[in-house]
Amino acid sequence: MITKTKVAIVGAGPSGLRAAAELAPALKGGVLVLDREAAPGGIPRHCHHPGYGIRDLHRFMTGPKYARLLSDRARQAGADIVTHAMVTGWTGAGALCVTSPEGRYEVAADAVILATGARERPRSARRIPGDRPAGVYTTGQLQNLVYLHHRPERSRAVIVGGELVSWSAVLTLRHAGCRPVLMTTQYAASEAYRLFTVAGGIGLRVPVAPRTKVVRVIGHGRVTGVEVEDLQTGQRRVVECDTVVFTGDWIPDHELARSAGIALDPATLGPSVDTRLRTDRDGVFAIGNLVHPVDTADCAALDGAHVAEPVLGYLRGERTSGTPVPLVAGDAFAWVSPTRCVPGDVAPARGFVLAWPTEVRKRPTIVARQGGSEIGRVTTSYPVAPGRVYRIPWTLLAAVNPAGGTVTIDLVR
Amino acid sequence: MRYDVVVIGAGLIGSAIARELAGCHLSVGLVDGRSDVGDGTSKANTAILHTGYDASPGTLESRLVAEGYHRLGEYAAQTGIPVERTGALLVAWTDEEQAALPGLADKARANGYQATAIVDAAAVYEAAPHLGPGARGGLSVPGESIICTWSTTIALATDAVQRGATLHLDTQVQGLTRTGEGWTLDTTAGPLRTRWLINAAGLGGDTLDAQAGYDRFHLHPRRGELLVFDKLAREKVPLIVLPVPSKLGKGVLVSPTIYGNVMVGPTAEDMTDRADTATTEAGFDFLLGKGAALVPDLMAEEVTAAYAGLRAAHDQTDYLIEADADRTYLLAGCIRSTGLTSCLAVAAHVSDLLAGAGLDVTPRDDLPDPPRLPNLGEAGRRPYQDDALIRRDPAYGEVVCFCERVTRGEIRDACQSTVPARTLGGLRRRTRATNGRCQGFFCGAAVETLLANERSQA
Ligand SMILES: Cc1cc2nc3c(=O)[nH]c(=O)nc-3n(C[C@H](O)[C@H](O)[C@H](O)COP(=O)(O)OP(=O)(O)OC[C@H]3O[C@@H](n4cnc5c(N)ncnc54)[C@H](O)[C@@H]3O)c2cc1C
Ligand SMILES: Cc1cc2nc3c(=O)[nH]c(=O)nc-3n(C[C@H](O)[C@H](O)[C@H](O)COP(=O)(O)OP(=O)(O)OC[C@H]3O[C@@H](n4cnc5c(N)ncnc54)[C@H](O)[C@@H]3O)c2cc1C
Repeated sequence: MITKTKVAIVGAGPSGLRAAAELAPALKGGVLVLDREAAPGGIPRHCHHPGYGIRDLHRFMTGPKYARLLSDRARQAGADIVTHAMVTGWTGAGALCVTSPEGRYEVAADAVILATGARERPRSARRIPGDRPAGVYTTGQLQNLVYLHHRPERSRAVIVGGELVSWSAVLTLRHAGCRPVLMTTQYAASEAYRLFTVAGGIGLRVPVAPRTKVVRVIGHGRVTGVEVEDLQTGQRRVVECDTVVFTGDWIPDHELARSAGIALDPATLGPSVDTRLRTDRDGVFAIGNLVHPVDTADCAALDGAHVAEPVLGYLRGERTSGTPVPLVAGDAFAWVSPTRCVPGDVAPARGFVLAWPTEVRKRPTIVARQGGSEIGRVTTSYPVAPGRVYRIPWTLLAAVNPAGGTVTIDLVR
Repeated sequence: MRYDVVVIGAGLIGSAIARELAGCHLSVGLVDGRSDVGDGTSKANTAILHTGYDASPGTLESRLVAEGYHRLGEYAAQTGIPVERTGALLVAWTDEEQAALPGLADKARANGYQATAIVDAAAVYEAAPHLGPGARGGLSVPGESIICTWSTTIALATDAVQRGATLHLDTQVQGLTRTGEGWTLDTTAGPLRTRWLINAAGLGGDTLDAQAGYDRFHLHPRRGELLVFDKLAREKVPLIVLPVPSKLGKGVLVSPTIYGNVMVGPTAEDMTDRADTATTEAGFDFLLGKGAALVPDLMAEEVTAAYAGLRAAHDQTDYLIEADADRTYLLAGCIRSTGLTSCLAVAAHVSDLLAGAGLDVTPRDDLPDPPRLPNLGEAGRRPYQDDALIRRDPAYGEVVCFCERVTRGEIRDACQSTVPARTLGGLRRRTRATNGRCQGFFCGAAVETLLANERSQA
């Protein structure tokens, strides 16, 4: 069976839902959103703390409420949202293969938007040895357990990672009656902490061990402890716990992009996109945390708003010419996004290049270099810090030379 | 009641033996201390169906591996145990290793395996384009195959139960007493009585053998750690790549897995603790180093899982399979590195020994058909791909574990089968649920809930 649609959106998270809401009015009946979960909403479905909707809706609400609101808006706009519909691959002709309880079918679309999000690396992908006991989670799994499946957790938790999401894990553990006994982070200080506590208005007193890492998981049956190494002294100690949560350390869910042969960016590991969020495959766009692992939900949603015009333009048959210039991160950033730009083309979503910092600066100055010479410089009034996205004004790249080759974006030290 | 035969150990070996004997006019008990069949060494190996090309010629192991290769190949086709005939390539990286290839080809012939061929470096890179630089040449072993070790034990144990054997899980044997013409087993689930006792207890074999009054072999665990890489790496490793064996052992291989991943391992570390299946920093470093040299492109891929298995290393030069007719006791021991391949041949050999000891092992003529297992192999058709099946039962269209594409129908079936999943580990081995790249980020909670619901109904 083949279903035809103008636009197919894979993923009903904030980015996919917002894209659907923007596109549906212009493409009456032509927007189909597919999601493999039982309900639309993506990750916010299981984040029961407030912290959603700030930049896109100018409100402050919990994840489930936000997920419902975005789904309602997409539906009201006329988008068709199908859940329990997993896209498992592509046909030779570029249609999507879908498995659902109604059967197996194909979706042939004039344009496809990939909005499949990102996941946290589990313990194995972080290559942490030791026993393989129960009680070791990612934040995603923990929240699913606690909020969607109502399973009681235990009493002493170690949280690995000092990103925004790590504090979300703390809230979830508190809700489940489990005491976070230690947060380990490889960074010098958890800057994310400040932002989060201000935003949430909550005092989260958790002992943080900066510049440490978990090197071993201990326990038969249930976890009984982790071994923690001080990265400066090399000293190790065992911290007793019955729950370990591996937080952050994101990787895009890029399987569909990769299996289509769409070029990935080696730093984000998501599809390489330009300022219109186009991949290198004609008619395939990529948005949300799939292209920037990981930003907040409001910004993922605003990607969805941003991609609408390029998609409509593509459907109208508009094709832009011009060779894209690659954008790459210098040492101070793990990645930048978008990863390509055609000089003179539209600005990226919200007018920012996103970057994932590895260092802390209060008033950072960012420099862009092309072919060894500086082509732009900006200073921001807001800090740069590991564990959350840093937003670089697009003016930094105003002087990109179309023929000048790769642009490197870095901190001035 | 007294059994005619009790088999201790529901790993590959014990399950195969129980299946064989349950096909005769005998009452059979299959006993294991764990909560599932195949939960010991049999769940954590490299899962290669060996041709036996590199065994020591003339040994019992050489004969049973070669025979088991064919028997299990046929049984797999009947029951749906997934097998992929990938072939293997033994790669020489030094002059010394290259010089050893003709000797290995001779050894293969002495083991009755004729199909090896010595190939040059160009052929090596044609077969394995992502191999690291420096290969001098190789020996191709086209018959080496990959198989699902979990499905194998489950098929054998299911077959045994369908043929009338009684499965006693969570039944650790703590003592053996010779009583009259047979044995009384002192177990954590109460006493069991039997005429014949078969020791197929893997790493527990020497302890039980001593309890039965013998002193003939000693085991120690030899840990083998393995790294499993993401499915997206699978195309980089189209076949099994083996090193030339040295005095230190068989070495580290890189191989596709039947579930569509890539595996690097195993290490070989002599241990004392028979329960220590932890992975180690040293093991990770060693395997990542080996992997980087063998297939450099692999290093850009994510590690999906890491695990360790314990081989039952021993002080013998061959399998130790002996029947004592006077004391109605049989030992199937020292089956260290090839027991997956040989299990069905071991079972047939055990049956012959028992016949020689006077037990009637005439096959029954009313045997049920062998079980059909759900396909866990990535190369075969899985329920999520089967439109007709989904239309008959929509539960097969509801994907629960997204990374491994396991449906609610499969999870339900695994919990309701003849030898059902009773733990998360058991469910993983029957369905692959939560084994994938997210390790439960998306589905872990949902899978646990489904399992709990099914268990409470059972
Ligand atoms: C624990 C935690 C706490 C957080 N807290 C906050 C917060 O307080 N405030 C905030 O702003 N942000 C927060 N975030 C981040 C926020 O949730 C994400 O930025 C946001 O969900 C990203 O949206 P997305 O659309 O890119 O992807 P996702 O929300 O991940 O959605 C992707 C969707 O794609 C679907 N999908 C994937 N592959 C397929 C396929 N093959 N077929 C069909 N469907 C598919 C998935 O089922 C999913 O529904 C948090 C994240 C986590 C994990
Ligand atoms: C790293 C590694 C790689 C390998 N690779 C391969 C390969 O590629 N191909 C191949 O053919 N073979 C391979 N093998 C070998 C193969 O896995 C073993 O030969 C096989 O699993 C042995 O099966 P078993 O039934 O003897 O042992 P086990 O699976 O260990 O079963 C023994 C059972 O006995 C039970 N038991 C023990 N003591 C007691 C007691 N007192 N009371 C009750 N129950 C008891 C245990 O719980 C256990 O379940 C490998 C092994 C390892 C470790």
